[in-house]
Amino acid sequence: MAIWVIADKCTGCGLCVKACPYGAMQVQDKLAALGPRCTQCGACLEACKFEALGSDLADEPRPDLSGYRGVWVFCEVQDGALARVSLELLGQGARLAAELGQTLATVLLGEDVEGLVPELAAQGADRVYLAQDAGLAAYSTLAYTRVLSELIATHRPNILLLGATPLGRDLAPRLSRRLDLGLTADCTELAIDPVDGGLWQTRPAFGGNVMATIVTPTARPQMATVRPGVMALGPRRDGAQAEVVRHPVRLEPGDLLVRLLASQAQGQRPVDLGAARVIVAGGRGCGGPQGMELLAQLAQALGGELGGTRVAVEEGWLGQARQIGQTGVTVRPDLYIACGISGAIQHRAGCLGARYIVAINRDRRAPIFSVADYALAGDMFKIVPAMLAALKGAA
Amino acid sequence: MPGQPDSPLCVAVLVKQVPDSAEIKMDPRTGTLIREGVPAVMNPDDRLGLETALALKDSLGALVTALSMGPIQAVDVLSEALAMGADRGVLLSDRNFAGADTWATSFTLGRALERLMSQGPLDLVICGRQASDGDTAQIGPQVAEHLGWPQVTYVERLEVEGRELRAWRRLPGLVQKVLCPLPAVVTVLATPQAPRWPLVDRLLWACREAAPLEVWDAADIEAPAARTGLKGSLTRVVKTFSPKGQRVTQWLEGTAAEQSQALLAELRGHKLI
Ligand SMILES: Cc1cc2nc3c(=O)[nH]c(=O)nc-3n(C[C@H](O)[C@H](O)[C@H](O)COP(=O)(O)OP(=O)(O)OC[C@H]3O[C@@H](n4cnc5c(N)ncnc54)[C@H](O)[C@@H]3O)c2cc1C
Ligand SMILES: Nc1ncnc2c1ncn2[C@@H]1O[C@H](COP(=O)(O)O)[C@@H](O)[C@H]1O
Repeated sequence: MAIWVIADKCTGCGLCVKACPYGAMQVQDKLAALGPRCTQCGACLEACKFEALGSDLADEPRPDLSGYRGVWVFCEVQDGALARVSLELLGQGARLAAELGQTLATVLLGEDVEGLVPELAAQGADRVYLAQDAGLAAYSTLAYTRVLSELIATHRPNILLLGATPLGRDLAPRLSRRLDLGLTADCTELAIDPVDGGLWQTRPAFGGNVMATIVTPTARPQMATVRPGVMALGPRRDGAQAEVVRHPVRLEPGDLLVRLLASQAQGQRPVDLGAARVIVAGGRGCGGPQGMELLAQLAQALGGELGGTRVAVEEGWLGQARQIGQTGVTVRPDLYIACGISGAIQHRAGCLGARYIVAINRDRRAPIFSVADYALAGDMFKIVPAMLAALKGAA
Repeated sequence: MPGQPDSPLCVAVLVKQVPDSAEIKMDPRTGTLIREGVPAVMNPDDRLGLETALALKDSLGALVTALSMGPIQAVDVLSEALAMGADRGVLLSDRNFAGADTWATSFTLGRALERLMSQGPLDLVICGRQASDGDTAQIGPQVAEHLGWPQVTYVERLEVEGRELRAWRRLPGLVQKVLCPLPAVVTVLATPQAPRWPLVDRLLWACREAAPLEVWDAADIEAPAARTGLKGSLTRVVKTFSPKGQRVTQWLEGTAAEQSQALLAELRGHKLI
């Protein structure tokens, strides 16, 4: 198993050097050369325009996957209602299903959740696989894994999407290993390969410094968890019907090994930045709680929510739930106003999906300006009060 | 034997060596990662995993084995683990393991854990919640499934009593307390005490020839090439690129009042406010 350079064909053009995510390729004496960092990921093979790279990696016989059809979305239920991320996945799932000419189904597990079926139909589901049992009332890894793996073995879907929530990221890897399926975590983009109909799963890697597109060539369903907040909702189809397929549940004692003893709410009221249309975000430039309070006023005046950087959260100016970025939430509001934020890659990773980005920063070279639609170089303590005054004057 | 009151609790901690993420930069010209000179460190969450295990060593006399898969240089994180207080380090290193996705990684780690179990008891496997380079958080649950053990993820505090563990799980806006029988796999994201520092004299000891460090290859864990590394992976990276986000930036100049007027006019024009 290896990749090698075919010297007669190599022009030393360096395309493979650019393509290598591991920095393992070099051009030496006008020839490409593989270094010890090579993980044989194959990115160079795709990039080479001169067929100058050989490998014995690819082209194993592909199993027949045509029997796997349909796009499935796993529904997450929170306090009796559908989690927002499940609605986002239905929106995205419907687009993928339409492109493939296949149906969109959802998997709904719980104790007494049938009442959610009309809402799932309105959100685009053609079919609902419904499994109800007292043992499914609260999420448990092993019980949910059992039911989902039975459903998948019986109905053979092509694609299975789950939210990249704490629940989804607990369940999906367990399931992927039980059924020997590939799994891509925390995707931010999904598309269909126009040639072979496979699922292109794109996700940030190396802390958001690189995007990687991943495929699952040999196993079905193709599984991915998807970041909350990045997929757009689909159109509502009020009054639409979905076919309900009931799945009989038979849990075994081994599925109920982990027992919930207690559950305690922590911290402030939960905020849902994922749903906000307008977000005003603050960073170290706020200088303290007063600066953040000023931004809270702007957020309120614009009917939006307040968010911020990790620095603002670590300083205690802002609750953890309002941290935006790689280790916080991803948001896609219509309007994102970044004040006193430098725009580190880890922060930008969380707000690039905004329709419009406004940046207010004293430093003209701040990286946040490179992703802004509107750039205001200046002191936020002058500009934000001016905006507040103008908004008040207009009201 | 596990279960007997006088036998120590046996814990394996999975630790990964990762590039220091704070140091990773993109080359703006080529759009690739600059990895030259980026130091390799112990994955931050795995330090928490080790601390969790070492706290059990302090309180219960647990035996702690640190296990890592990676190139031969990754032995550094195991020396560090020994210096923090681990009793034994095992590195899985083999050309065949390179390029593994999470399926193949969890298979390889799972086989190594099975080999550990053929040598002695194993009660608990502790992983970090996620590795800072891959960010998948998949290995813990996948290793648990490989072993057929229950899993408890997002743990911030852990107690072991007899053949059961009690864990506090940190979820958004919520802490759950759960009870789980051993053997089990947990993934940790925090610890009650900050992770301890390596001790200098232990570090010197850990770097000696006689340190309890072993390197296992594919044959040692009977891992077929078709199930490890790139070959055993079910996912393939087909493309990497720099994140998009190039927008046409419009600078709004003038005094603060002029800037804010101009901005509000633009926002109104786009019906954003
Ligand atoms: C693994 C990892 C994960 C991370 N995850 C996240 C994450 O999820 N979210 C996140 O935000 N960060 C994250 N970070 C941190 C990130 O790298 C940056 O450190 C952080 O985003 C910087 O926050 P900041 O912009 O508030 O502060 P700074 O970088 O210090 O920027 C402050 C800015 O304010 C400007 N300023 C100062 N005063 C004023 C004023 N009066 N008016 C206008 N402008 C002013 C300055 O010019 C400066 O540009 C992560 C880092 C790592 C290593
Ligand atoms: N190569 C590896 N060697 C040892 N442990 C690993 C390795 N990869 C992942 N892990 C463990 O699995 C956890 C989650 O990693 P990941 O699923 O890659 O985010 C890490 O915090 C480690 O505890």
